Amino acid sequence: MSFANSMELLAFHKVAYTAYSLLIISVIAWFGYNLTRKHKANSLIRVSFYTYIAFLVAAGVGHHIFTYNVVPWVSEDITRNETVPDKSYHITVKDHHFILPKEKMVVNCGEKVLFDVKSKDLVYGFGLFRKDHSMVTQMQVNPGTKNDILWTFNESGVFDLMSTEYSGPKGNGMFVPDVLKVQCTQKIAMVDGGKV
Amino acid sequence: MSFMNDLINGADNRFDVNSLNALQKVTLRAVVVAFLFYGLAALEGMIMRTAAVIPDIPPVYGSVDHYFAIMTAHPIVGIFGSTYQLVFAAFMFLVPYLTKKPLYSVKLANAVWVLITLGTALAWIAAFIWHYAPLYTLYWPLPADTTQFKIIGGITFIAGVAIIMVGTLGFIYNIYATIFARVGIHKNKTTKELLISGFGIDGMLNLVHKLTGKPPYTKEPALSLPVVAIFRGTVDTFLDALVILSAGILVLVYLIANADGISLNVASVDALLYKNWFWWGLDLVADGLVLIYVAGSWYLLATLITGKKLFMENVARAALMLELLVSWMVWSHHLLADQAQPEIMKLVSGEMVTAFELLTQGLALFITLVTLWKARPLKMTMELKYLLGGLVGFGLAVPAGIIQADMAMNRVLHNTQWIIGAHVHVAVIVGLYMTLYSAVYVLWPLVTNNAKLWSMKLANAHFWLHLIGGIGMGAFMGMAGLDGMLRRHMYFHGEYNTYMILAGICGAMLLLAWVLFLFNIIMSVGLKGLIGIFLPSADKTASFGVEPEAVPETLKA
Ligand SMILES: [Cu+2]
Repeated sequence: MSFANSMELLAFHKVAYTAYSLLIISVIAWFGYNLTRKHKANSLIRVSFYTYIAFLVAAGVGHHIFTYNVVPWVSEDITRNETVPDKSYHITVKDHHFILPKEKMVVNCGEKVLFDVKSKDLVYGFGLFRKDHSMVTQMQVNPGTKNDILWTFNESGVFDLMSTEYSGPKGNGMFVPDVLKVQCTQKIAMVDGGKV
Repeated sequence: MSFMNDLINGADNRFDVNSLNALQKVTLRAVVVAFLFYGLAALEGMIMRTAAVIPDIPPVYGSVDHYFAIMTAHPIVGIFGSTYQLVFAAFMFLVPYLTKKPLYSVKLANAVWVLITLGTALAWIAAFIWHYAPLYTLYWPLPADTTQFKIIGGITFIAGVAIIMVGTLGFIYNIYATIFARVGIHKNKTTKELLISGFGIDGMLNLVHKLTGKPPYTKEPALSLPVVAIFRGTVDTFLDALVILSAGILVLVYLIANADGISLNVASVDALLYKNWFWWGLDLVADGLVLIYVAGSWYLLATLITGKKLFMENVARAALMLELLVSWMVWSHHLLADQAQPEIMKLVSGEMVTAFELLTQGLALFITLVTLWKARPLKMTMELKYLLGGLVGFGLAVPAGIIQADMAMNRVLHNTQWIIGAHVHVAVIVGLYMTLYSAVYVLWPLVTNNAKLWSMKLANAHFWLHLIGGIGMGAFMGMAGLDGMLRRHMYFHGEYNTYMILAGICGAMLLLAWVLFLFNIIMSVGLKGLIGIFLPSADKTASFGVEPEAVPETLKA
């Protein structure tokens, strides 16, 4: 299994968490019902204490290992300093405005794109969104530190830019439509996290 | 009895406010104020839920300034004005009750609820009148940004928060002074013994001794388990109060300088370092305090409801010790989207240590469930129902938080409604409040000297509305978050209308639940009783459930 973009990851997550929620609610409901009954309830499964603890550890740690291996942007993020990007964009934020590069941002599928965003005053967020408002990616933009994110796009589309961090009431209007165009010319193999 | 009689004198005239002693009264005062603040927070929540669909509704009128001002006041009122008050009140009653010692000072306990109420009111006023809106996280240098906010608003807000923290320190002092007072059952204990017990070390040593085949380190720990949990949680409360106070002083320095026409350079404070410091402290509220106090409350409630000893008590004690270390080292999960945050900190503190909360909270859930199970059959009382509701709340909210504390998921969930809906609101409204309601029902006969609850039907309606409303609201906000809806953002074009309408309906259920609860309580104690709670009590006793110690014959003469 691998997730090429956030849409796929979120769709999977929606199903998985909903299933878990229904499970835990019904377990406690079943438990509460049986608490009041006189005769011994036949438990459907017997879980030993150690199995339960092992399950919790596996769930907590396993979740991170799972996503690390199937979500392409995690390893990319950790090694971003050692990677030579195919394209770099330098963006400045000041007075609740994004100051974008002069040339239009157009990238191809599979290219490693670096966004280097500087804040001159407050804490902002740099978030790219699809036209249906769903999120492609984001990072925090702190004043006084380097904020760069390396991203590989695996879907074509025109994306909007929005500040994802609260920077006072004025920050609510920090929206730039059609900031980035991604074109997928050749077919990208959707295996191994979308790597060609 | 007639409706009017109940309204004035309380259900069946069973509540006699004059029979209450000083400790009972101070507890009830804080509880009343806590529930009033809860209602205010619920109302604010409903205004925001509605404004998410219809931005033009009063009092928002489509203004982002007003919207974010409400959002800034909301957690202050909800967390400090309501939950802090409620938890502090319960613990200032429970520690004397469980240790069979008087509360160190009733005066101080009164000061605590007055200070927290006053501080919350000031912070609320700052938002209401001057629209001061840095939001709960106060990211540097936003709170000192005088181009967006008025100086007077900022100073009032920070002063309010500082007063809350002073009240918090008063609570801590009162609790520690009570626990370490060597009177009653602790007359012959040393401070060292009490400290070892307080930190859960005796539980840990008991486990080690058991594994190495030695006799137990102690058969009767100096402090009972719930007291250990209260002691442990209070360590986090203390650190958290210091961090918030220090951040407040920093902001005040800038604001006051600005009022004098001096503009200090905001860049001389490192924004990322500040964020780390602030989250370290703030996280002690969320990941330390809530989890520890809640685990402790579950243990207490399970033992009180079943009348049996807690299952795996030594493990529970040791787990509280473990949670101490965990809660101090998890804050980096709030900075997973900060690219300048060292990668190793994100991995170790943000992901791995945070995942341990699944273990500590899972353990608490397990121990509580087994303790209940062993005492079957149980009657499905209000307190048991609420306890189960609280368990469901954390069963849902803790994994939701762990999911977000993952470098892959965080990239698309950071600052979305997922975290505030599926995690925070479910944890607080369903997990924490249902646990607290359980405690309210357990403590009710003790604190009111057996006043009658006016209506069981209303109590049940409150339970179901609160449970379904709380889970539902969190779920719909969470789903909107998965679809990209940001928290702390005002949408004007109906982008997430379907989810927000559904979340709003659930929010309305929560508000209705609160109205029913409040009405039931007023009918139970009566308006006369309600007023009487705030009048001085004739009986100055600061303990409950303790037989007065017999004076030895030799000392009598
Ligand atoms: Cu946290």
